[in-house]
Amino acid sequence: MTTAQLRTLTPELETLGAEPYYQPVGDEVALFEAAATKRLPVLLKGPTGCGKTRFVEYMAWKLKRPLVTVACHDDLTTADLVGRYLIVGDETVWLDGPLTAAVRAGAICYLDEIVEARKDTTVVIHPLADSRRALAVDKRGELIPAPPGFMLVISYNPGYQSVLKEIKPSTRQRFVALEFDYPNAEMEAQIVATEGGIDLPMAQKLVKLGELTRNLKGAGIDEGASTRLLVHAAQLIGAGMVPAVAGTAAVARALTDDPDMTQTLDDLVRAVF
Amino acid sequence: MSERKLFAHELEEILDAFLFASPSHRSIERLAEMLEPLPRKQQDFVLRAARGAAKTNTELGYLIATLSINALDRLDENAFHEWVIAGLDAFDKKGLRAAVETLRDLDGFLALRAGRLHASFADVEQRLARFVLGLSGRPLALKSGVYPWTDTETIFLPERLAHFATAEENRRLYQGLAVQLWAQTRYGTFNADLEAAIAGWPEPMEREQALTWLAHLEAVRLEACVARDLPGLGALLCELRGAWPTEMGVALADLQAADADIEDTLRWLAHFMAAGAVPPAPTFVGRLEPGIAARVRGDRIVRDTETLKKAIGALKGVGGKRNAPPNDFKAERNQETGEIEVRVDGEAVKLPDDARAAAQSLLQDLGKVPPEALSPAGDAPWTPDDRPKQGAESLCSGDSAIRYDEWDYHRNAYRRAWCHVFVTDVKPGEGHFVRETKVRYAPFIHQIKRRFEAVRGEDRILGRQPEGEDIDLDALVEAVNDRKSGAEPSARLFCRRVRNERSLAAMFMIDMSGSTKGWVNDAERESLVMLCEALEKLGDAYAIYGFSGWTRKRCDIYRIKGFADAYDDAVRARIDGIEAKDYTRMGVAIRHLSHLLGLQPARHKLLVTLSDGRPDDFGDEYRGNYGIEDTRRALQEAREQGIRSYCITIDRQGADYLKHMMGPASYTVLDDVKKLPLKVADIYRKLTA
Repeated sequence: MTTAQLRTLTPELETLGAEPYYQPVGDEVALFEAAATKRLPVLLKGPTGCGKTRFVEYMAWKLKRPLVTVACHDDLTTADLVGRYLIVGDETVWLDGPLTAAVRAGAICYLDEIVEARKDTTVVIHPLADSRRALAVDKRGELIPAPPGFMLVISYNPGYQSVLKEIKPSTRQRFVALEFDYPNAEMEAQIVATEGGIDLPMAQKLVKLGELTRNLKGAGIDEGASTRLLVHAAQLIGAGMVPAVAGTAAVARALTDDPDMTQTLDDLVRAVF
Repeated sequence: MSERKLFAHELEEILDAFLFASPSHRSIERLAEMLEPLPRKQQDFVLRAARGAAKTNTELGYLIATLSINALDRLDENAFHEWVIAGLDAFDKKGLRAAVETLRDLDGFLALRAGRLHASFADVEQRLARFVLGLSGRPLALKSGVYPWTDTETIFLPERLAHFATAEENRRLYQGLAVQLWAQTRYGTFNADLEAAIAGWPEPMEREQALTWLAHLEAVRLEACVARDLPGLGALLCELRGAWPTEMGVALADLQAADADIEDTLRWLAHFMAAGAVPPAPTFVGRLEPGIAARVRGDRIVRDTETLKKAIGALKGVGGKRNAPPNDFKAERNQETGEIEVRVDGEAVKLPDDARAAAQSLLQDLGKVPPEALSPAGDAPWTPDDRPKQGAESLCSGDSAIRYDEWDYHRNAYRRAWCHVFVTDVKPGEGHFVRETKVRYAPFIHQIKRRFEAVRGEDRILGRQPEGEDIDLDALVEAVNDRKSGAEPSARLFCRRVRNERSLAAMFMIDMSGSTKGWVNDAERESLVMLCEALEKLGDAYAIYGFSGWTRKRCDIYRIKGFADAYDDAVRARIDGIEAKDYTRMGVAIRHLSHLLGLQPARHKLLVTLSDGRPDDFGDEYRGNYGIEDTRRALQEAREQGIRSYCITIDRQGADYLKHMMGPASYTVLDDVKKLPLKVADIYRKLTA
């Protein structure tokens, strides 16, 4: 039996039905669309919880392409991305990995937290990320050219990295980079109110709390509260929790285990509510 | 065998000897009679205490002797001793009257001692400092002072508060005071010229009254501002102060309005002073020191303006065309976001972080960004301050063979072979510091070892091995395929676990400047002991060097442990021998130690600095921006060599320059030097996981 006769299993991909809620901050939407038109891969950088993944979902919906998301970690092997053989009954089949599936379907492939993956895994994407735009599947002896609809998106958080994990220049210089940060107070309140399902004045108070925690960055906590944490707090308030309790559970306790910092964050929650 | 108690005439003689100078001399007879009935032990006790106190002040000695009869009934030996000390302390700090009051108030002393009543500044300092950091737009320091006030960069709080009945309530009072003083800077109390405003009442009594009125009226306005932004704090302040004094009723509505500012307060001040009204007694309201605050604020405005001008000067070429008309700079406060936007010729530009902070600071101080801050700075003229001081350098001994360049940011170029480096070993210490530390921190060291083992023990699975614990399924599947298709299947079908190799070398740079003497030096040495225990477990290659120096011609590097040294008794003796030396010329230390680190074969290289403050050296040149820029440049050079750097500092004022000097991701500020030993190992673990 030759490899050509082997059955190939490919996961089915669908486009997103409903519009994901996303509030543009600058010109990131236009930039992403331009990159998509010119078939350039995109790198998203920014702190956790500031909208990177939601942005990718939004753009996938807008460009009407399927989206494949892979959460990277340091046990991720090339086979996990590209695919592997399986034995089903007496039959040998090939199962496409998420990257291969995306390439075949002309979808957007989003690799989240790319620095977590090992370097020997990361280099698999290099041929896809430059002018060759092809994926080498060594185990099948195949070189799959990517159709025009395929787009590679990666993300990482440059803020608090271990010295042993960083993006090599040979990788990062293949991408168009978009920088994300927490939105300004007014916009963040809008986002928290909409996503969290609460009224605007309460959202503004949560945003104020977030701002206070961000002042403490570097003095005991690595990062202030992300927009996502504020949305969590909002959702708890919407479910009927007292604001101070929601603030403590969703923000203060989530940010740190250090008792001194916990005390200070509790003080700040009490200052706002 | 008990000695008999002393009789009155004997007591009189003894008392006479040290109380002869006392104005109450004539009552010594009566005093001796009072002391006679006491048992000998107590008599001795009283005499000793009184004699000791009389050395400071004979009145005090007399008083202690007199009061002690009563005191001994209610105080045990330790408490009595503390009571005497409390009296002497009060005398030292506030004089005889305060001491007399303290000594007479036995009830108060007993209650204080039980710890129920008061809260002290030391108790709340750490927590309040972090809280104020979270609140403020600009870093504010906390210090203890005689009464609560602020000079716009430091908040002063009293040593002790005992206004309420419980310690907890007194701690909340501290918080309330700190919030009020923070609000003074945040909401523009000092934006008007307060000295000029109260110049109308030059006479001291009137001036005091005016200042008190001003403090009260501002407190109304500020509390309303705080309540609008931070309702929880507003509620706290309201609770602490109770009802506003009735005299102020007429001004309340006006000052609590959302658009009220310091000018409104000054109007009301004039109103109340003209009416000749006496201000309510200051209780929870801080005092105002307009003169000092104005000076500090003035200095800061000059600094911020300079920073902003320099940043705009760097943007000068933004148009990009030659002979173009000069750029038009506008800075506006975006009404919605409250942030500064700078526009050049109508286009918004992004300012670097320090310029943005300076602009925000100017906005807070002045209400707007003044036009002179927006005109770009020309090439800075060579100012005499930056000229190296010739005198000091000629004192230093001969040249060194090891020289390093230094970065001069004024001329944007290196000064060649500028710094002379002398490398010596730390003189071994005599004591058993390392051993004592290991005993004292034994449980922590045990914890550290366990945690670090977890970091080290990461296994990797190697596939396609000829033998191993488990089957490599991928290889097996291919082998099956190969057999079916007629090719020869591989025999390498197993996978094996293999220890992951950490290839990391770390260089620790320890600040041995004079300012570390005392607590910081101890904390640094303890941290090193903890670190060494952890690193021995991890197996990373590491080295520890101290640095200090005295001018560019004498930059000292002290070897504590080189990369090739084992962690043996000699190293431990050197850790013991670390002492505070001179200055902190950081740039050259980074360059030399990076060079040593660069020689290591490891794949990852890390430079960790343990410091208590900013770069500094003899003379004024290195202390300011020059030193910060040189250090930053040295760190960039290290980065180019592939060395990552990280700074652990105990300088709470570090927030403003560290970010610039080290880059945003690479530092931690510890608020309490005593925590350094506990935290340093954790920081290292997180850095290298």
